[in-house]
Amino acid sequence: MAAASIKSSRALFIFSTAFVVLWVLIASFPFLWTLWGSFKVQGDFFSKADWRYALAGTRTIIETGGPFTGAGYYGAWVQEEFWRPAMNTMIVVFFTVIISLTLGTLGGYALARSGHRYAFWLLMLALIFRAMPHITLVSGYLLPFFQWNLWGHLPTSIIVLVAINQPFTLWMLHSFFLNIPKDLDESAKVDGCTQFQAFRHVIIPVMWPGVITTGLFSFLLAYNDFAVTSMLLSESNRTMVPAIAGFLGSTFQEGNVMFAVAAVVSATAPLFILVMFFQRQIVSGLTAGAVKG
Amino acid sequence: MRHRTFIWFILPSLAAMIIFIALPLVSVVTQSLHIEHQQVLVITENCGPFGCQQETSVDAAATAVLRAEKPLGRFNGLGTYFDRGHLASKEVSIAWANRASFRGFLSDLYNLPFYKALAFTLSYTFLVTPLVIMLGLLIALGVNRLTPALKGPTIFVSLLPMIVTPLIGSLILFWMIDAQGIIGKTLQWLLDDPVLSLKASPGLTWATLFVYGVWHSAPFAFIVFYAGLQTVNTDTLEAAQIDGATRFQQVRYVVIPHLMPLVVFIALIQLMDNFRVFEPIIGFSAQANATSLSYIIFNDLRGDVIRFNSAAATSLLTVLGVAILLTPVLIRTWRDFKRKVV
Repeated sequence: MAAASIKSSRALFIFSTAFVVLWVLIASFPFLWTLWGSFKVQGDFFSKADWRYALAGTRTIIETGGPFTGAGYYGAWVQEEFWRPAMNTMIVVFFTVIISLTLGTLGGYALARSGHRYAFWLLMLALIFRAMPHITLVSGYLLPFFQWNLWGHLPTSIIVLVAINQPFTLWMLHSFFLNIPKDLDESAKVDGCTQFQAFRHVIIPVMWPGVITTGLFSFLLAYNDFAVTSMLLSESNRTMVPAIAGFLGSTFQEGNVMFAVAAVVSATAPLFILVMFFQRQIVSGLTAGAVKG
Repeated sequence: MRHRTFIWFILPSLAAMIIFIALPLVSVVTQSLHIEHQQVLVITENCGPFGCQQETSVDAAATAVLRAEKPLGRFNGLGTYFDRGHLASKEVSIAWANRASFRGFLSDLYNLPFYKALAFTLSYTFLVTPLVIMLGLLIALGVNRLTPALKGPTIFVSLLPMIVTPLIGSLILFWMIDAQGIIGKTLQWLLDDPVLSLKASPGLTWATLFVYGVWHSAPFAFIVFYAGLQTVNTDTLEAAQIDGATRFQQVRYVVIPHLMPLVVFIALIQLMDNFRVFEPIIGFSAQANATSLSYIIFNDLRGDVIRFNSAAATSLLTVLGVAILLTPVLIRTWRDFKRKVV
C-alpha cells in the first residue's frame, strides 16, 4: 500500500514536472527563436531549404559574411526611422500612466471610503465600461474628432487611453485602498484634518505599493494598445505597435519582413525588463481583484 | 465620507469616463441611425436634332458640399441594422424559406459578413475561455510542486505570453507557423505533407487563432490559480490524505472547490476579453478565413471610404452582445449586494 502510493506519486511527479517543462518551452521558445532569428537574413529566418539554416546562419554568411547581422535593426531604426514611433510611444505611455494614476487614486480612494449605495453602482458602471470593446468606442470618437480637428494628435490619444483605462484603475485602486485601515484617516479627521488633508498627509505616504502595481497595468494597456492608437493617430504621430503593423502593410518585400522582426524584438525588450523587475507586483496585481472576488 | 467631498474626489475620473466612454456610446447610436447623403442628381434637358432628351447626371460638387456640411448624413432609422452587412433580415428570411436542410441554412447564414464574424467571435469566446481555465489550473498545480528555487524563473517565463503586446505576440507566432517558418516546416515534416499551410483553410486558421488565444491567456489563469493554491487549507488536505484520498481525489474534492470562486472570476474576465478578439486577426492576417465583430468595425473605419453608419451599427450590436454576456454576473452581484443590505 505504502509502496504503491510512493510509486504513483513518483509517476505523478515525473508527469507534472514534464508538463511544466513543456509549458516553459511553449511560453519561451517563440521569443528566443525570434530574438535569434532577428540577427539573420530573411533567407534563414524563413528557410525555403532547411530549417537548420536559421541555426547555422547559412544564407546570412553568404549574404553578409558573418553568422549574425544587424541589418534588420539598421533597416528598422535608421532607414524606416523606428525611433520616431518609439519616442511617440514613450510620450503616450508616460502621460497616460501619470494622468490615469492621478485621477484613479482620487476616485478609488473616494469609492473605498464612501460606504454609500451609489459607490457600489459606480463600481458596477465601471465594470460595464471595462467590458466595452475599445474599437466600438473608437467608432464613436472618429466622426466628432474629424469634425473638431482633434484627430491625429498625441494628446487626443493620451486622453482617450486615460479614459479607457479608468474603469480598471478605479477597481484596482479601490481594492488597494480597502486594505488600508480606515482608522488611519478617521483618526486624522478626528484631529481636525479635512478629508483631503487626511488623504494628503496620511494616505498618500502609505499608498505607493498599490499605486505602483496599478501603474504597471496602466503602462501595459497604453503600451500594448493597437485599436485606439492605430485609428486615432496620423501617420507621423504613430506609436510603435501601429508602426509595426504598417511595416507589414507594405507587401512581403525581401528584407522588409526582417525590419518588422527587428522592430518586434525591439518593442518586446522593454516588456521583458518590466517583468524582470516588477514580477512580484504584476503577480500581486493580477491576484488582487481575484482574492476579493 | 460626505456626498460633497465624494463628488470632488470622483469628479475627474467620472468626467473622463462619461466624456470618453458614455458619450461615444451616444455618438455610436446617433451615427448608426444615419446614412451618408445620396449623390445630388441634376436633370438636364438636351435638345438635339432628334428631339429633346432628359439626362440625369451626378453633381459632384454639390454632393461634396452637402457631405461636408452634414457629415453625419441623413436620417435612416434602423435601416443600417437590417441591411445586408448587419442583421440582413431580408437575406436571412430568404435563406430560411429556401432552406434544404438546417445545415444549408447555417452555411447560407455564414456567407453574410455579420453572421460570419459572430460565428467566429462566439466560437473563440466559448472555446478559448474553458481551455484557458483548464490549462491554467494544470500549470498552477505543476508549478506548485516545483522546488522553491525554480518557481520564480518559471513564473517569469510564464508571464511572457500574456505581457507581450497581443499584436506582437501573434506576429511572432505567425512567422513561426509560416510554411517556411520553423513550426510550419515541422508540421509539414510530421504530417508528411509538403504543401501543408496553416493559413490556407478556414478550419486550420480558426484552430491557429484558438491556440494563440490559449497561449496568450493561460498565464493569467495560471497566476490567479497559483495564488489561490497558496491559501488552500493544509489541515483539510492532510485530513483527506489520512482518510486515504489519492492525489487526484485531493485535487478534485479539496483544491478545486477551494478555487471555485477564482474560476468564476477568471471566466468573467476572459469572456469580456475574448469577446473583443481583434489583434490576432490582424497579426495572423486571418481576415479571409476568420473575422470577428471588432475586426469588421475596424475594417469599416479603415477603408478609403469610411462607413461610419455601418461601423456604428456593428458596434452597437457588439455592445448588446457584451451586455448579454455580463447579465448573469450583474444579476448575481445585485443579489449579493441586496443580501448584504438586508
